[in-house]
Amino acid sequence: MNTTALELIQSTFPDLPCTASLDAVVLTVQPEQLETTLSRLKNDPELQFGLLVDVTAVDYLTYPVAQEARFAVVHTLRNWEKNQVVQVRTPVADPAIGVPTATHLWDSANWGERETFDQYGINFQGHPDLRRILNHWQFEGHPLRKDYPIEQGQVCYETDSLEKEIKARLQAKGVDQTTMQDINTEIMFLNLGPSHPATHGAIRILTALDGETILANVNEIGYLHRGFEKTAENRTYNQIVPLTDRLNYCSSMINNIAFVKAVESWLGVEITDRCKFMRVILTEFYRVQDHLVCLAANLLDMGGLTNYWYLYNQKEASYDFISRLTGARLTSSFTRVGGMYRDFYEGWEADMEQQLRDIEKGVGDSLKLVLKNRIVHDRSQGVCVMSPEKALSFGFTGPCLRASGVPFDLRKDNPYYHYDAFDFTVPVGSRGDVYDRIFIRFEEIAQSISIVRQAMKMIPKGPVNVDNSQVSLPAKSEVYSNIEGLANHFKLVFEGVRTPVGEWYDSFEAANGELGFYFVSDGSGRPYKCKVRPPCFYMMGGFHEMVEGSMIADAIINLGSINIIGGELDR
Amino acid sequence: MALGLEASLGDSVLTTKLDAVINWGREYSLWPYIFGTACCAIEFMSAAASQHDISRWGAEVLRYSPRQADALIVCGTISYKQAPVLKRIYEQMSEPKWVIAVGACATSGGIYDNYCTLQGIDQIIPVDIYVSGCPPRPETIFDALMKLQDQVRGESVLQDRHKDYKGILD
Repeated sequence: MNTTALELIQSTFPDLPCTASLDAVVLTVQPEQLETTLSRLKNDPELQFGLLVDVTAVDYLTYPVAQEARFAVVHTLRNWEKNQVVQVRTPVADPAIGVPTATHLWDSANWGERETFDQYGINFQGHPDLRRILNHWQFEGHPLRKDYPIEQGQVCYETDSLEKEIKARLQAKGVDQTTMQDINTEIMFLNLGPSHPATHGAIRILTALDGETILANVNEIGYLHRGFEKTAENRTYNQIVPLTDRLNYCSSMINNIAFVKAVESWLGVEITDRCKFMRVILTEFYRVQDHLVCLAANLLDMGGLTNYWYLYNQKEASYDFISRLTGARLTSSFTRVGGMYRDFYEGWEADMEQQLRDIEKGVGDSLKLVLKNRIVHDRSQGVCVMSPEKALSFGFTGPCLRASGVPFDLRKDNPYYHYDAFDFTVPVGSRGDVYDRIFIRFEEIAQSISIVRQAMKMIPKGPVNVDNSQVSLPAKSEVYSNIEGLANHFKLVFEGVRTPVGEWYDSFEAANGELGFYFVSDGSGRPYKCKVRPPCFYMMGGFHEMVEGSMIADAIINLGSINIIGGELDR
Repeated sequence: MALGLEASLGDSVLTTKLDAVINWGREYSLWPYIFGTACCAIEFMSAAASQHDISRWGAEVLRYSPRQADALIVCGTISYKQAPVLKRIYEQMSEPKWVIAVGACATSGGIYDNYCTLQGIDQIIPVDIYVSGCPPRPETIFDALMKLQDQVRGESVLQDRHKDYKGILD
């Protein structure tokens, strides 16, 4: 627990109830105080919580512990330099009145609040564009409210035209039809997606063009909204692990690990050292995989098909190792609360080393093609620049934030799993253009490979699962031979791992940035609420800022460079 | 509906021979439209990459325009929000056209039995081949492709296969 942060916040806000939950300080404010509190947290030179990590809400309708109001809005803020997290809880009795917006303080609040409105129906007073984001526009009701039945699907008959939104955006940019008439031309509207090969999934990008230059851009997401959070409320913690595979499916293991880490932190379970090293090795190996796919697809968009073969074939080859280890190629489901599904198999070191060498060769071959390639340079340098201030305001994290020159990496700034014991550097960009985003990923591949090699030397022997009958399944010999073991197994499988009543936020440096999980537990084996803070949701929220003024072809490679993964974006 | 050449021929004796020639051509030159939305699309990328190499079945010409494709391969979860888009793309494809539902989600909604996920794409468009798996391995996708080739081989160019189909968006 971060005692200095707690003292600091308490002394700054002496009138507000202030508690601690894991590493975060939790402040409870009333709706009328919210605006001043948030603004102070952001602008006070002592506090400087410059990053609005996430906005969500909780519906306490069936919660066993009495609450002040049915709903609460939760803002999660981070001061990345001092490694401090603060959560501001605002009880909301009447969702139609809601709370004041924070869009004037952080740009990331725009999409965060829209999602909260969509899922819980909470109004944000003064929000410039409060409409649905994940569910379709013909949807009625708010699915994450506890009284919305999970199976009640609603058919969408027609896609939203977005005409009003793009016109509003043009207006905001100061472009109207008369300006165009003066120069004898018309604005051309071009729609990309939601099924387009360049959108890397299901995203809809609507642009207003002057020739090939983008005047205004609005984006629609939610085409891959699969109800992760509502489904998770009906599953035990270990049953959610397979669902997390399908968040960022290019690096499924990282999600598995981030999820169980969040649960273990709240349980206070200290996993074994071997397990920690296993998780580091697999996280970094999957980070490499994720970057390989991102770079392969991005360079393919630029016309460099050969790079796709060099990079993607190495990912394909890695599936041999992955499927030998986990039994699956893509969806690993390899972690359990308190440990892993199983230990490494015998002889894994040689296989891993071989994979790493192959990846290095593939990356080397690709770099030979792109490093001094004039076309790559011309197409990526100075294109779709994101300034560090804007990147922070839009809630960027991970490689894209670092490309803009902000050296924030949870592995360094909030080390877990002995990350402080490894020798690695965090590459940082200088301009925040597409070039920086591409080459940061190339460099991170090298760094991650180095971490894997270090961890392979350091990994101790021993068990991978904790010896705790409340968390880990007993050995099969126990289950088959005595009643205690059998009962223990049965209870853990049917009721799940019980977590203490409370709310907590835990974060992890995933391949794309800060992957956070915010839980509310009612003491049972299933989460009362499970909110994912996906890194690419907020990056997509800043997409229009990057592409307006660029060419349409630049928007395509920019989309590839921020690595949008539909499963994680829409959940 | 039968288009072009076959439409004007009627049920004549010639078409049984034409069936064989046309189907032979069609089965080895399926041009897929990849409707990739989620995890299954990543496995399709593997199927198309050089290790598995989909061109061994003559289906490597991936078209991203529905007007140039005849096999719609739906890789991934289809939400209610996505459904009208999928239906429109299917309608934009010219006959003859076939549909492969890849993976548990496209087939039945998979693990996502909830408010936003379409419980199988056969609720909106007719499906020829279902592929199991979450996600299916590339080999399974090839198995589906071969099954589709078998089906194409046995079809008559005069038959309108889906004239009675009615989905929830029709």
